[in-house]
Amino acid sequence: MSLETIKTDTKERFIELYQENQDLIKNDLPDYINEVREKAFEQFKKLGIPDKKNENYKYTDLNKEFDNTYKMYLSPKNIEFQVDDIFKCDVPDLNTKVILLLNGWYYDRENLIQELPGGVIIGSFQKAAELYPDLVKKHFAKYAGFENEGLVALNTAFVKDGVFLYVPKGVVIEKPIQIINILMDDEEGLTQHRNLFILEENSQASIVVCDHTLSMPNFVTNSVSEFYIGENAQFDFSRMQNEHNGSKQVSHLYFHQERDSRVSANNISLHGGLIRNNVNVLLNGEGCENNTYGLYLTDKGQHIDNYVFIDHANPNCTSNQLFKGVLDDFATGAFNGKVLVRKDAQNTLAYQTNNNILLTDDADFNTKPQLEIYADDVKCSHGATVGQLDEDALFYLRSRGINKKEAKLLLMYAFAHDVIHKIQVPALQERIQDLVDKRLRGELSRCNNCQMHCC
Amino acid sequence: MSPEERASEGIFLGFQYPIEIPGVSMVNFMKTAVNEQRKHKGLEPLSSSDFLKLMREKKELVELDADLVSRSVNEGFSGGEKKRNEIFQMAMLEPKLSILDETDSGLDIDALKVVANGVNKLKSPDNASIVITHYQRLLDYIVPDFVHVLYNGKIIKSGGKELALELEEKGYDWLKKGVE
Repeated sequence: MSLETIKTDTKERFIELYQENQDLIKNDLPDYINEVREKAFEQFKKLGIPDKKNENYKYTDLNKEFDNTYKMYLSPKNIEFQVDDIFKCDVPDLNTKVILLLNGWYYDRENLIQELPGGVIIGSFQKAAELYPDLVKKHFAKYAGFENEGLVALNTAFVKDGVFLYVPKGVVIEKPIQIINILMDDEEGLTQHRNLFILEENSQASIVVCDHTLSMPNFVTNSVSEFYIGENAQFDFSRMQNEHNGSKQVSHLYFHQERDSRVSANNISLHGGLIRNNVNVLLNGEGCENNTYGLYLTDKGQHIDNYVFIDHANPNCTSNQLFKGVLDDFATGAFNGKVLVRKDAQNTLAYQTNNNILLTDDADFNTKPQLEIYADDVKCSHGATVGQLDEDALFYLRSRGINKKEAKLLLMYAFAHDVIHKIQVPALQERIQDLVDKRLRGELSRCNNCQMHCC
Repeated sequence: MSPEERASEGIFLGFQYPIEIPGVSMVNFMKTAVNEQRKHKGLEPLSSSDFLKLMREKKELVELDADLVSRSVNEGFSGGEKKRNEIFQMAMLEPKLSILDETDSGLDIDALKVVANGVNKLKSPDNASIVITHYQRLLDYIVPDFVHVLYNGKIIKSGGKELALELEEKGYDWLKKGVE
């Protein structure tokens, strides 16, 4: 008698899931999306989920994280939930209209799409794909390439819903729009939302995204966001990741910048079991400016991994990267930043910095700042540090009567300040300052009961 | 005793080379320090308005530029500004015993006068200052009650302010010879 071992490979499970539920997956999206979906699925079959053998995922084994039986919903699940009870946005100067995604689905099922003054469109991605096929077709899956990225292929194969924003030519949205991603369920779940942001030429918008878990079960998120930033447009993106230790989040941001556009992206990782952020930027015209900043605060067994790729494909562009992090307990992390300056991209200015503080001997961090330069008239720099708090500074503070704990906090706070300072919206900057302060003091450790009213 | 306990008990060290701490604002730094020391003494923390009032007062006392106080601790300060900032902190914390470690090093005459002036103004029957220096120059502005000569960790000679003048004239060799 022989026993057969059943090996259910992670990849195989997703392939099966897709093949068995094709109709359900495809039913509420138009053909032009489903055509891309098919291609993405074929690609996923080849690529699978990246493991540590993939150089870009050397320090984060995602294959392991996706190897589970978490539920993935193919239509929105009805969950009782009082929005007003949880979120009363009390940050002044923010748009009071809050966009909510619940487990990856646009929450306000009554108003899936809104058209605002000036022709701005905001709402559910699924609905937008149906109502504005020209717009969506032109941009969808054009920037988030899935040829080499298995997880983007997976997301595209299962694309269902997410946030859609369209800002027409010359329109300026004064107040930041807030998007809240909530994970809440009584069972473990996998969500894969898909966002599309289109800013046409000379437009301006800023967005604040908050990621939250509101219930105990474990979650895995694999989200993809595409940003098209038209000529001379200005876009400001701030994100706060605040999820519990049982959550694993992989997010892929793709910024496509046209001539003279300016993008600022702040990634503030306050809390989360595992966070992997991929930021890809293509400077597709001359005179672009891109600022990508990150701050991460981790403790216990948390893991953070930031990957940034900036493609200087054209001359006279500037990019700045500043990523800073504090790791406590036995937290682990990695930073992998790559700047590619192509042959024709003369007069490129590119700066890249990654600084880390390890508070304990058990915390562990790997950093890899990379420059790849093919042009000859450029100014580029990169650097990384991993170290401890400055003992001399600590002594100076203590010599004035400040106790050790408080002195350490002051220094950590000062360390984080550089990044917080880059946030453009003053009210938001203040709030994040406050959250970071609380986080460093350890008052933000139970985020699923968090009373922060989001940001 | 830990450094913070010593400070709260009333000892102040004026650093020879004050360290720059980017990101920690002077206001936040001083407020934390003052209130931690008050806590140690069992006093209520100062309210923000009382604190700012105190800060304004002391700032004028040591002639510290207003904009220095709104910056990060010592960040981008010149040598003179850093030393002035030390005296400002001393004024804020009102220690019983101050130890000023070569406060005169790297100072030009004008800065020296300002710093010395600050030390003189803070002098009272309830506190004491130990000024560590190699030169008479500082002592023209801060007139000492006592002068001690420290050599290899021991006081080898004590006297009044005239001892400093004598040292200026004769150097230290004759004292060292007496010890060896």
